[in-house]
Amino acid sequence: MNRETRRIFRRLWSNASAILGFALLIFFVVVAVFAPFIAPPPSGRDPYIMPIVTWSSNPLPPSPEHPFGVAGKRDIFYGVVWGTRTAFRVGIIVTLISTALGLLIGSVAGYFGRLWDEVLMRITDIFMAIPFLVAAMVLTTILGTGLDKVMIAMTAFSWMGPARLIRGNILQVKEEQFVLAAKALGVRDFSIILRHILPNTIFPVLIQASMRMGSLVITAAALSFLGVGAPQGYADWGALLNYARNWMLGGQGEALKYWYMTVFPGLAMVLFVLAWNLVGDTLRDAFDPRLRL
Amino acid sequence: MTFYIIRRLLLLPLTLLGISILVFLMIGLLSPYQRLATFINSPERLKGADIDKLVEFYGLNDPLPLQYGRWLKNIFQGNLGWSYVGKEPVYDALVERFPYTLELALFSIFPILFLGINLGVISAVNHNRPLDHGLRIFSVVGWSFPDFVFGLFILMIFYSVLGWFPPGNLSLWAEEVVKSSAFRSFTGMTTIDALLNGRLDIFWDAFLHLIGPVLTLTYVQFAFILRITRSSMLEVLQKDYVRTARAKGLDERVVINKHARRNALIPVATVSGQTIIGLLAGAVIVETIFNRTGIGSFMSLAAQQLDYASIMGGTLFFGLILVLGNLIVDISYAFIDPRVRLE
Repeated sequence: MNRETRRIFRRLWSNASAILGFALLIFFVVVAVFAPFIAPPPSGRDPYIMPIVTWSSNPLPPSPEHPFGVAGKRDIFYGVVWGTRTAFRVGIIVTLISTALGLLIGSVAGYFGRLWDEVLMRITDIFMAIPFLVAAMVLTTILGTGLDKVMIAMTAFSWMGPARLIRGNILQVKEEQFVLAAKALGVRDFSIILRHILPNTIFPVLIQASMRMGSLVITAAALSFLGVGAPQGYADWGALLNYARNWMLGGQGEALKYWYMTVFPGLAMVLFVLAWNLVGDTLRDAFDPRLRL
Repeated sequence: MTFYIIRRLLLLPLTLLGISILVFLMIGLLSPYQRLATFINSPERLKGADIDKLVEFYGLNDPLPLQYGRWLKNIFQGNLGWSYVGKEPVYDALVERFPYTLELALFSIFPILFLGINLGVISAVNHNRPLDHGLRIFSVVGWSFPDFVFGLFILMIFYSVLGWFPPGNLSLWAEEVVKSSAFRSFTGMTTIDALLNGRLDIFWDAFLHLIGPVLTLTYVQFAFILRITRSSMLEVLQKDYVRTARAKGLDERVVINKHARRNALIPVATVSGQTIIGLLAGAVIVETIFNRTGIGSFMSLAAQQLDYASIMGGTLFFGLILVLGNLIVDISYAFIDPRVRLE
């Protein structure tokens, strides 16, 4: 293979993972948007609560009527489709709020420095001293279960990453000529941060945010899986996997019979997280040539 | 160097105090009656007692700073309340379960570092060749796998289908031996105790039970180490001293293993602190799925049953371990990389 062909292949490859990432993401967006048509909810009910389809609590294998099978009396296909909406909602809302919070705290710490910096960064350290999953789990149980509580708890413990990132970037940019010039012209601190500094440091934050989406969705699903997140019957991938747990530990040799309980919701989660990770990777490579190597 | 360590050690109590305030503020969100649970150390005290009087006695309606002081004093006396999940005081429950989690973490950290570093180096050396791409896919998929999904798959394949690695801590017969008085417990970690007692059969049984959780934690965590090693190795391979080493005709293996890899490992040391965090948080899920004893499964059970005393005690415990773990990592990092000492 000559050098040029290799280069083309290389470029194709780096595009391939990007294409895969974006394609998966678009697929999930389409599923989320058209959920009412793909899996029509019973009329007059909350569509996010998976309807009960059988009276026996035994799981049922995939059939034309229930293409992904039935778990915990509920249709897995319905849960996977509407769970996409749940995943997007949790991921996007928590990412947006925690990033905004982190931007605020990080900018204040980085720009004003000294005591502000010391105090805010020590507080950041303290919040980081508790593993994220544990912290989110604890705060959710204290606030009471429910998806809104899960989101509040996760937001409260996920602003530290963007805060540290933006602080570091601001410390770098702060002494640049254009900031000093703005200062000399008498521009107010607030506008300097908002108009001059943030636009120059925002890309790493956005990249980090897209990479964080995956882990946030995993954590939210993990809480539902442990039974402290979404309420009973809520369309959530973690909650669907929770139904599978007991059947896995149950009879030896029997569990393979119930493969559909794990595989379909599990696959949805892995692909969703994979999509965000690939997109985050691509963005990082595109915006940070140092890491391209 | 000494100055750096002293500064870190001085900051330690401050951080711990901060964590206690954070945990206390979360407790503050509970009603006084729920808060009572974190004070009462035995269930007998609640029997037939007038709850309102107890709330009054512990001053749970007082201003928060006052309550914080009292709560902190309580904690220093080792009183974290009564655990309904563990049916014993929270402090005892945590101390008893910690060795299990530590054992799992110790058994996981070696394959994680071994695989992460070696595959990362291989990936960098074969930069942009098919092997590199293959490893990249392998690691990005692992990184995207939620631990509970992967754990369920492992359970399905290796337990249900093949019957190799059962869930739980030990088989029934081994459990009986370990509980009997003939078996002496030295560390609380079953594998090590079994070796010290000269019971190879029990060691093997405990080991088999560990493989499933270790496999899960390894696959989910090693990708991070691989990425760091790969990118830092790629950077180092372009350094002048590597070119010099090659120019003087050194064997390529020596160049990579001695000159490049050692320098590339410095960033890996920094992120190993994050790996510790990952293992601890991972224990919550993995111990629950594989039905193991440990502070992780203890926490998840306590959360499900709203056992507030256990939850808060466990959170403090997690914070303590994490801060100490990070301190050890940072100090050892200062030994590895002389540049840190200048800070």
